[in-house]
Amino acid sequence: MPHAIELVGASKKYGNFEALKNVSFAIEKGSLVAMLGPNGAGKTTSINLMLGLRRPTAGKALIFGDDPRSIATRRRFGAMLQESGVPQLLKVTELVELFRSYYPNPLPTDQVVKLVGLEEKAGTLVKDLSGGQTQRLYFALAICGDPEILFLDEPTVGMDVEGRRVFLRAIRDFASGGKTVLLTTHYLEEADELAERVLVIDKGNLIADGSPQEIKSRVAGSKISFTSGAPFDAAALSGLPVSAADVSDHRVTLMTNDPQAVLRELFRRNVDMLNLEVRGADLEEAFLSLTGRG
Amino acid sequence: MARVFLMQTRAEMLKFWRVPAFAFFSLGLPLIIFTFFGLRQATQPLYPHAAITVGTYVMASMAAYTVGNVMVFSFGMALAIERGQKQDLLLRASPLPPAIYLLAKVVNAALFALVALIVLFVFAHFTASVNLAAGTWVTLAARLLLGSIPFIGLGLGFGYLVGPNAAPAVINFVYLPTAFASGIFIPVNQLPDFIKGLAPYLPLNPFVELGWNAIGVNTDRAVSTDVLYLVAYAIGFFALALWAYRRDTAAKFA
Repeated sequence: MPHAIELVGASKKYGNFEALKNVSFAIEKGSLVAMLGPNGAGKTTSINLMLGLRRPTAGKALIFGDDPRSIATRRRFGAMLQESGVPQLLKVTELVELFRSYYPNPLPTDQVVKLVGLEEKAGTLVKDLSGGQTQRLYFALAICGDPEILFLDEPTVGMDVEGRRVFLRAIRDFASGGKTVLLTTHYLEEADELAERVLVIDKGNLIADGSPQEIKSRVAGSKISFTSGAPFDAAALSGLPVSAADVSDHRVTLMTNDPQAVLRELFRRNVDMLNLEVRGADLEEAFLSLTGRG
Repeated sequence: MARVFLMQTRAEMLKFWRVPAFAFFSLGLPLIIFTFFGLRQATQPLYPHAAITVGTYVMASMAAYTVGNVMVFSFGMALAIERGQKQDLLLRASPLPPAIYLLAKVVNAALFALVALIVLFVFAHFTASVNLAAGTWVTLAARLLLGSIPFIGLGLGFGYLVGPNAAPAVINFVYLPTAFASGIFIPVNQLPDFIKGLAPYLPLNPFVELGWNAIGVNTDRAVSTDVLYLVAYAIGFFALALWAYRRDTAAKFA
């Protein structure tokens, strides 16, 4: 049985820019996978190859072992894209009904509208929806055909906390019925909350592939920085649970998953710290420890 | 497949009728122009002892103008807007067959053009006493709807080449002067000399001749020759549209 989704040595170049470099992975039917990476890492390019919106420069993208460009294959997946548009002068239900008609065994319109929480806006023209509501409409269009695979490219961007919570629940509900879901995100928490497997992509390379726990343990969650009163001796860091350290002049920056232990030890070693700052690492910083770019 | 086609056509129609400006422009403007050119001496013979009245002649001219306008504008504008809003992105990832997408637009435009023709015919009948045999009304409408195929190609070409903001201006800038130069508003023999020589080769000229011929005017060329011209234009415009489509999609979906 073919994999639900597969990239085989897939590369993509835009002119001289290599957006994706020889990436291979397979996703089994029924799994919920998050593709995690900073902006510009190659997540959207990967999704576009899988959807057949772009052609790989080298390698292959397969959906159930077939070309994603064929209509028969496209009937097996739904997609929510970044930056795509829909007709503004149709009402919510009209648009859902239209997209349902593209699929052989669609879900009932009422059920779809309810699932995404747009009952109140069912008769509203698309152009009169708010940003969050439009986002949920896109989700409705992606799932209305009851597809076997769901692609979601940065689905929660621009959503408020409540909208995001409802939305993540809807994704989980959908996935629980044996569906395959692949979503991209640049929030580690989102991947952690939702997915059973996380693919980490950076600068066009697949740099990690594992359970959220495995990924989290490899990614530094906190950033400690301070100015050293005396010229800093790197030996002061020996044996500390630090995944990346940067010492420039007197400013020291450390990436770690265990800030308490690091600080306790630094205090114990009497390291002179001024302007001490501890905060959660953003994804870009967290990835430094994975990519070794620090 | 039939259901997809019906739903797609329905969606096209809903979108269309929800733009009152377009409906007015396509249905109302021809009536206004007809009022200017057709109501003066409406019931007079077109030339001494002619069986055709001035009103009937101007109505046939405006009918051609209207159908051509609906085709060029509906395809040109719709595609430019859809591209501008990146609607093509999601559609391309969806299982909608491209042929059905296009066919739904053609059916919608043809129905809209038919409505515009009926409105014009009724208006001309009551304001200018235009009377034609039942078969002549049908022949006129049928010829213009079939003969408008090249203008679908032209509309598609515009839609893929021009952006949504520039589209109305660019299409008008091309279509309106072409209509004048093709003898739709002013007879060709009253046009400036350098245009007179060009007129027979413009796409709207063989098209309007199809209409004039249907109401019994002795046109410069035989209907078969007009059809040949229109077929040539259809091939040319659809080739242009295909080139423009490839140019547009090569950048986005390569």
